[in-house]
Amino acid sequence: MSYVLKRIAQSVLTVYVVISASFGLVRLLPGGPLDYLRAQAVQQGGSDLSMSEINARIAAQTNIAVNEPIYVQYADYMAAMLQGDFGVSTRYGDPVMSIIGPAIPWTVFLTATALFLAFTVGVSLGAFMAYKEGSSFDVASTGVGLVLNSTPGYVLALLFISYLGYRMELFPTGGRYASELTVGFNASFLGSVLYHGALPIASMALVGFGGWALSMRGNSIRVLGEDYLRVARLRGLSTRRIAMRYVARNAILPMYTGLMIAIGTVFGGAVIIENIFAYPGVGFYLIQGINARDYPLMMGGFIIITIAMVVGITVADLTYGVLDPRAKGGGSRESY
Amino acid sequence: MSRTDRDGDSGETPGSEADFEAVGDALGTPEQFTDEGRDPGPAPISGHARNGRVAADGGSSSVSEFQQMADVSMTDAERRRQWIDEKLLAPARIVWSDWRARTGVLVVVSYVLMATVGLAIVTEPSPNQGGYLVGAFRTLEYPLGTTASGVSLLSQTVYATPSMLTMIASGAVFTVCLGTAFGTIAGYKGGTVDRVLMIVTDIMMTIPGLPLTIVLASALQIDGNPVIIGILITINAWAGLARAIRSQVLTLRDAEYVEASRIMGMETSTIISGDIIPNLMPYITMNFVQQARAVIFGSVGLYFLGVLPYTSVNWGVMMNAAVNRAGATSSPAAFHWLLVPMVTIIILALGLTLLAQGADRIFNPRVRARHAETVASDGDDDATTGEI
Repeated sequence: MSYVLKRIAQSVLTVYVVISASFGLVRLLPGGPLDYLRAQAVQQGGSDLSMSEINARIAAQTNIAVNEPIYVQYADYMAAMLQGDFGVSTRYGDPVMSIIGPAIPWTVFLTATALFLAFTVGVSLGAFMAYKEGSSFDVASTGVGLVLNSTPGYVLALLFISYLGYRMELFPTGGRYASELTVGFNASFLGSVLYHGALPIASMALVGFGGWALSMRGNSIRVLGEDYLRVARLRGLSTRRIAMRYVARNAILPMYTGLMIAIGTVFGGAVIIENIFAYPGVGFYLIQGINARDYPLMMGGFIIITIAMVVGITVADLTYGVLDPRAKGGGSRESY
Repeated sequence: MSRTDRDGDSGETPGSEADFEAVGDALGTPEQFTDEGRDPGPAPISGHARNGRVAADGGSSSVSEFQQMADVSMTDAERRRQWIDEKLLAPARIVWSDWRARTGVLVVVSYVLMATVGLAIVTEPSPNQGGYLVGAFRTLEYPLGTTASGVSLLSQTVYATPSMLTMIASGAVFTVCLGTAFGTIAGYKGGTVDRVLMIVTDIMMTIPGLPLTIVLASALQIDGNPVIIGILITINAWAGLARAIRSQVLTLRDAEYVEASRIMGMETSTIISGDIIPNLMPYITMNFVQQARAVIFGSVGLYFLGVLPYTSVNWGVMMNAAVNRAGATSSPAAFHWLLVPMVTIIILALGLTLLAQGADRIFNPRVRARHAETVASDGDDDATTGEI
């Protein structure tokens, strides 16, 4: 239990550090975001805006009241952030949360589906390859896995969108769902969501599964050579039990850290993929914010992506503790 | 390769001299011992390091090594040659024996050549070099085609290589150094040090890398120096490596030889660098290569989005221009513009992946000796490496 609490405390700390860092980035950098916002305000408002009006406007946009002492600014900023108030977008004029909030589920939908598909397909394929080691199936899959593993997701996305999207017109080239449909829990809407999500998910999942398959294959081969496996065979255990309890479990465990890193990679990759497919997820708005130098939108997008990732990694880490008992106490003892 | 062979070559151990003479007497005269029918090979001094072959049959042709080592001391040049053979040539031969590592090395070397020699061969990219949007493989002059402003794509690709390679190297070095330092110290020291380092690591690990890079690049207003961009892209990639290395160190720190060093009172830094890190070298090497690949993917992706500063055109900027200026995704006429940098990236990434795979295969004795019946004996090693 204390392990769970400790883990959660750490996640909270991470979010806290990231939000603090975002404050530092926005507030403290000379010539940075705050100066830019001020210049922007002067430009847009003309010369008739007084200094206090400009400051009030910046305060509304970034939650930073420039004329207060720095610790008050910090406290106000943190308080606002924790209430989900990420300021007002300078480009759209709406609160950042009302822009990014509705986009979160879509990004999570894309990334979680892609990660799940890549992991399950990759692990099963990798295990199968290890059992068929040296066969032509193994050689062919290893080759395909290597090539896919060496392809960035966005390259695949670009190929998909130009061939399947524009030339053959099989798939849509933008959006989350067909615009004429009403949002709701009905077959045509869900179908449209899957239809629009298919290419982004495929481009993320396809480049991922090769890597999983190859590392699962390597791990399985390693486990297959272990002494305890020979003992298990000599004990006459069923093939199924050996495959699931002995090989699969021990081969998957080392990949768990990789899974946590992959959550980050997929989330990061989604930023690029969403922009290629013009899929309005968090990453799409993050880049919109960057290109318009819309600092509130950019920081809000970044913080929200981070929080989503922290949640994902925490869940993965907690399940790892269940799978591998060693993880709970590992290395905590002071030694040398 | 046995201990006695090594002594035989260096001739430094007086005690073993007598042993050898005793062995020599038992076997007969040294001339009889030398195998006449076998070609001793062109490099006599490499006898012991080569392919683990017994030194005796690779020894010098005129005098048996048993006599030689007694009165001949090695010159500096010989020592140097032996060192080169042991430290550089032998690993090179091993790398060459594995097709993955070989392909990987070839790919990486050809990119390095492209970044050095290529600059001298290929003309500098400039607008209106050729026609607009000439397709790939249409003309000999512009083998990869031209852009919408008539720039040769081959020139652009080649001239982008130096900065890309610099970026890749700086990112990979940064990650590996920081990751190894954090991972080994945290894993070996344990206790408070471990907790503090791991909290830092976990925080870094849970921040999404590419978005962090984007935000930092935008907020810091940095210039396009490839070294800095490389570090920026891997700004938190070291954390994952540190975690993984830590968990490996946790299993190593209780190994007998580490314990022995500890009992002997060696310093922690000596134990880490002497006992722990050599064990992790395969893993670290593999990660270096994988990080290099990650830097390519990340940098090109972000350049493609147009969110990183640049001083000269690179592969990602080319892709960005292809899509934004010529609509390469929807227009087949400009598609080659997009395809050329993409293929360039994939080949380099594939080379690096193969290198990592091959390195894993060579370094990892468990992979080699995974099944009891296919355990590679010394004889097998000779067979695979001896054919080169």
